[in-house]
Amino acid sequence: MNFETQWLQTFFGLYNYWIVVALMMCGLFIVITDGNLIKKVVGLTIFQTSVFILYISMAKVTGATAPIQIEQGTAVYSNPLPHVLILTAIVVSISTTAVALALIVRIKRAYHTVEEDVIQRWDVKKRRSEKRSKPFHE
Amino acid sequence: MSSAQLPILQVIVPLLAAPLCLLINHKLLNWLFTLLVSGFSFVVAALMLWQVSDTGPLSYHLGGWMPPYGIEIRVDQLNAFVALLITAISTLVITSAHTSLENKKDIAPGKHTYFYVAYLLCFAGLLGILVTGDAFNLFVFLEISSLSSYVLIALGRDRRALWASFQYLVMGTIGATFILIGIGLLYMKTGTLNIADLAERLPEMADTRTIFVAFCFFIVGVCLKLALFPLHMWLPNAYAYAPTVVTAFLAASSTKVALYVVVRFVFVVFGVDFSFTTIPLQAVFVTLGTLGVLVASLVAINQQNIKRMLAYSSIAQIGYMVLGLSFGSITGLMASLLHLFNHALMKGALFLTLGAVFYRIGGVSLKHFQGIGRHMPFTLAAFVIGGVSIIGMPLTVGFVSKWYLLQAAIAQGWYLVSVIILVGSLLSVIYIWKVVDAAYFKPALVNQAQLKEAPLSLLIPVWVLVLANLYFGMDTRLTVTLTDQVATQLMHIEVLP
Amino acid sequence: MLSGIYGLLSASLFVVLDAVDVAFTEAAVGAGISTILMLTTLAITGRYELSRPSIRTRIGLLLVLVIGVLLIYGTLGMPYFGMPENPANGHVAAYYLENTEQQIGIPNYVTAVLASYRGFDTFGELVVVFTAGVAVLALLPHSRDGFVVDDMQPMKHHLILRITSKLLLPFILLFALYVQFHGDFGPGGGFQAGVIFAAAIILYSMLYGLENAMQVISFPVIRFCAALGVLLYGSVGIVSMLKGGNFLDYSVLLETPVAGQHLGILLIEFGVGLTVAAVMVCVFFTFTGSVVSPAKSARVVAARDGEKTQGAP
Repeated sequence: MNFETQWLQTFFGLYNYWIVVALMMCGLFIVITDGNLIKKVVGLTIFQTSVFILYISMAKVTGATAPIQIEQGTAVYSNPLPHVLILTAIVVSISTTAVALALIVRIKRAYHTVEEDVIQRWDVKKRRSEKRSKPFHE
Repeated sequence: MSSAQLPILQVIVPLLAAPLCLLINHKLLNWLFTLLVSGFSFVVAALMLWQVSDTGPLSYHLGGWMPPYGIEIRVDQLNAFVALLITAISTLVITSAHTSLENKKDIAPGKHTYFYVAYLLCFAGLLGILVTGDAFNLFVFLEISSLSSYVLIALGRDRRALWASFQYLVMGTIGATFILIGIGLLYMKTGTLNIADLAERLPEMADTRTIFVAFCFFIVGVCLKLALFPLHMWLPNAYAYAPTVVTAFLAASSTKVALYVVVRFVFVVFGVDFSFTTIPLQAVFVTLGTLGVLVASLVAINQQNIKRMLAYSSIAQIGYMVLGLSFGSITGLMASLLHLFNHALMKGALFLTLGAVFYRIGGVSLKHFQGIGRHMPFTLAAFVIGGVSIIGMPLTVGFVSKWYLLQAAIAQGWYLVSVIILVGSLLSVIYIWKVVDAAYFKPALVNQAQLKEAPLSLLIPVWVLVLANLYFGMDTRLTVTLTDQVATQLMHIEVLP
Repeated sequence: MLSGIYGLLSASLFVVLDAVDVAFTEAAVGAGISTILMLTTLAITGRYELSRPSIRTRIGLLLVLVIGVLLIYGTLGMPYFGMPENPANGHVAAYYLENTEQQIGIPNYVTAVLASYRGFDTFGELVVVFTAGVAVLALLPHSRDGFVVDDMQPMKHHLILRITSKLLLPFILLFALYVQFHGDFGPGGGFQAGVIFAAAIILYSMLYGLENAMQVISFPVIRFCAALGVLLYGSVGIVSMLKGGNFLDYSVLLETPVAGQHLGILLIEFGVGLTVAAVMVCVFFTFTGSVVSPAKSARVVAARDGEKTQGAP
């Protein structure tokens, strides 16, 4: 086998995973760099979905059918186990999203903003003023 | 029900107690119920540890399916030991919760039910992580405990608690997803999720790139949860602004469970051989551990809020534990496990003391502490003993673990590391002294004539922990024998073919 | 909007990859629930945003690139995509495909693994959903006191919408029930059914206002249902323990193991559906309850304060 066909085989064998990696990086990049809390949550969702695709990709068997038994004859099925795991992971992901968004709603009310930088500036200011002020007001 | 059902009771009792608590929806009854459940879990954990020491690991097959096809609960000395620790701390924390939560500055009125429900869920999640023998199941329980701890933190009255909780949520979810990637890659190469089965099948393919990457992702993910320096950013705020009871519980339990997961995967699943020769884990852990000890201790000195100070001190203590792991020797591992146990005792005691001070004074900055030593002698005495234990003076538990840590470092010939361990102790003298100085030698800021000693319901759990600090500092037979056995077992696994 | 499309796209991808159950869930969750939540949150928080210093972007980019390169490096050791002899498809998975028919007797392998072989995971998953419900209740106001309900009927003027939706509602509920109880045979199950059921209630409250919807399903009812679902699941496990099996061992529930498995799966799927529906409805109610125009909320608060001062003496 010469070098080129080997390379092509690698490409076709793994391209699915590379797409997953690209998606994962997009999601993570948004989480790390974006200052808007809602966008952070969106990034988190994208990051998690990419992991779902990773799992589902490894379950796929070429030429196989969905893992529900067919009455007549024998068929090749895709692997059901990663599907089960991802069902659980999706539920976990939506739960996390719901909690995150609820926190954002509360943060918006408490700080009147959903920008990370502004919130952090507020907090640093507060901590400095706590250092100076007296604890008792009487 | 026979004793064969013990392992499952450890998890499902608190897990099912949570929805029941939501239905009960009454302040006092909820507290009593939670206390009961927590105490019951403690008894179960104690029975299990006894049984495991007697007859060897317990394996419980959920749904009656043989592992690796079904999910397995597997209890050995290591996790029974940690479970016992956590259930004990939880019982003490909950004892003080009712009085502590009366304080309107700690938690909003009307949120008590949610506190107890979330607390039970968090407790159950942590126990689930400990006892499960299945990698994916571990992820599920990790999420239960994380989600509920976000709630617990966000219940704090300060609005910064919300922001701290959100930060923790983002970091925690990234960590959990990393763990999920790690588990996925492991499954892809081995076709199994059972921890024991994984440990059996991994050595065959340990040299592949995928396993290398799986290891990296899994460990980074857990270290995010562990708050290992430099992944600790979420911890100081979360501990500082959560209700004090929550801080006491989380500080004494959640990072300990994360450390358990690191131990389990580094030493059992991947094996010492792989972790320390194929992967430069030793270098990474030594660097991060020592840096963590130094940096976090220095930052702690500069804190005004004592909760924050102790939070940074926790990060430093995590540095010690990871340092102990990095030696890859039996003594090192022992030191790490001992410190896990001891740190839970001292931080539990210290944070509960802060809870007592907060209950009376309504704040825990250095200024609030000025001159209260005379008015609250028992509370402050507890703080001093806990602090001395953090420093690592003889006759306290802190001394025992640091002693073994030093021994391990010297046996390895790493003199620089042993110097750093000592420097870390000296730094902790400074920050503990700042509090003691304020409490005993500074004049009171305002008239504190009406200031009284904290109520008994807060003092009793504090003093139980303080006495445990002293007892296990003097009589080390129990803990040392146990951790020695566990460490030998863990290191031995690698020797087997 | 984009997030909805994203959810739908990933769902279609899952269908292509043979994961019909997962696709179903992702369609319900990604394109449905999470989009609604995102939009509601956006409505509450506003949509302006600040630009950020580029230094952070660079650090982030570097970090992400390092992780990406590490992952690509990891893929080079992976078995190729789609090969039946991959280790992931052997061992445990092969056991499920071989033995499901004889041990559990239902054609949908995913349901069999989900509800029986890995039933404890699903129990954990249900508890996660429950935790999310508790979290939302703990974080957002929902009692009569702090809850500002829009008394206006939002869709009063859209007659066609109202009537068609009214016609649709029973069918949605029926479909939810079908998905709930047909999960053994085709794609579907408790989680998907719960989401669809919740969708029906959400549609109702969009048409007739939150106030009316909450008269049908109030918060105490929601809390009760959420807790009950988890308890139902757990008690199936406890009963199997009392009957001499292990936790969640459905085989001991009835005379023959296969019949027991059927009953067990039916019951736990019902528990899942109940909790999921309750939590989804609860999340929607609390979120939309938090959307109020500033002027209106000020008015309501003023009115409430007035009542209090009157009632005080």
